[in-house]
Amino acid sequence: MATAVLPQPVQNLINELARLPGIGPKSAARLTFFLLRDGSNQALELADALRDLKERTRFCSVCFNITENDPCQICDDDERDQELLCVVEEPLDMLALERSRAYNGRYHILHGAISPVEGIGPEDLKVDELIHRVQNGSFRELILATNPTLEGESTALYLKRILAGNDIRITGLARGLSVGGDLEYTDEITLGRALDGRSDL
Amino acid sequence: MSRPRTFRSEAIVLKRINFGEADRLLTLYSREFGKLKAVAKGARKPQSRKTGHVDLFMRTQFLLARGKGIPIITQAEMVEGYPALRDNLMQMTYASYMAELVDKFTVEDDPNRPLYQLLSDGLGWCVLGDQLPLATRFYELHLLSLTGFQPQFFRCTGCNEPIQERDQFFNAELGGVLCPTCYAKGKNGRSLSSTALKVLRYLQSHEWDMVKGLHLKRPLQTELERIMQHYLTYILEHNLKSVSFLRRLRHENTRF
Repeated sequence: MATAVLPQPVQNLINELARLPGIGPKSAARLTFFLLRDGSNQALELADALRDLKERTRFCSVCFNITENDPCQICDDDERDQELLCVVEEPLDMLALERSRAYNGRYHILHGAISPVEGIGPEDLKVDELIHRVQNGSFRELILATNPTLEGESTALYLKRILAGNDIRITGLARGLSVGGDLEYTDEITLGRALDGRSDL
Repeated sequence: MSRPRTFRSEAIVLKRINFGEADRLLTLYSREFGKLKAVAKGARKPQSRKTGHVDLFMRTQFLLARGKGIPIITQAEMVEGYPALRDNLMQMTYASYMAELVDKFTVEDDPNRPLYQLLSDGLGWCVLGDQLPLATRFYELHLLSLTGFQPQFFRCTGCNEPIQERDQFFNAELGGVLCPTCYAKGKNGRSLSSTALKVLRYLQSHEWDMVKGLHLKRPLQTELERIMQHYLTYILEHNLKSVSFLRRLRHENTRF
């Protein structure tokens, strides 16, 4: 048994790394020995980064983004449009929208999408918080930017249904062709929606 | 003889999870090979040629390459995307339920063409959306027959005597109807009205084209659903995930 030969600290790190997704015992051992042999402070820096990750981050109490300060930078920014709210599934989706530099409103992060097959319902997402926010805020438009998958679109349908009647415009992102794509390889559903949403040139 | 490296099959996407950097791991129910898992490389990127062809419940023609591990999808062309499911939450949830049933009642590499046809038909009924509870009961009963769990509605599962036309009992453990005499002897059972039994027999022994004209009153629908849920949960030994969402949706529907 490897546990008999390896010092406990080495074995501990191997065990911990092997619990990460995509890392098996061999990769875990390789990473551990890399960190062990490394002369610089890389291992300690990694340890600090890991500690900070858990100790210094939390959910923003307004939009549920991951943040160091509560409320997060975006919620705290008065320069942003306070009446525009964009609903996304994950923090990384928000990051993608931010990279587009085309949006200057606020966000709400659901942390998932409704999926009956996986048993994920609205109660597992930040839906009640969204309802509360919409009812108590002064938003003029709600952009449902969930993924264009069946789960994402179902989530948008559900939100539209429970939030209708709040005197707020509810919109969704356009569905269509990706830049640099090819009509020949585009599926019928995307093409149909691209035609439905065609615009004047 | 070695199997060919690539193979082709029409299949329906039952489940899919994100996998690796931009891949998706799909659980497919295929016409030729039954349930199988396959990787759609790069399917989360919008530029991928596969993206729009491998979403949930799509019926797609796949070309797969067999390697050492899970087969990899090399080409995918959607045959039927059931777009109406994207516009109606209730229809989508019924479709989820049908797909979940197939996933739970099958194992990999066990081809069952009639079951594939039933799933494909079932999704089509979800798209039409006008007889959802009836279609679901029909679907459940035929799925049970095709997977070896057909409930016995014509003879008593206790004494094997033909069932008389009167209120009966249903025993999930014995897999069918229990006559009042056997029930009185102390066997377990849930009460089953003679009307409900008649409908169950009719659904089990007829084709959808004959069945779809039936109109069932709400209390009868509820009774049938309870019995079927009871039996399915007994066989699977756990609740189906999509059922709780379906119940919630129906409850909320009465509010909107």
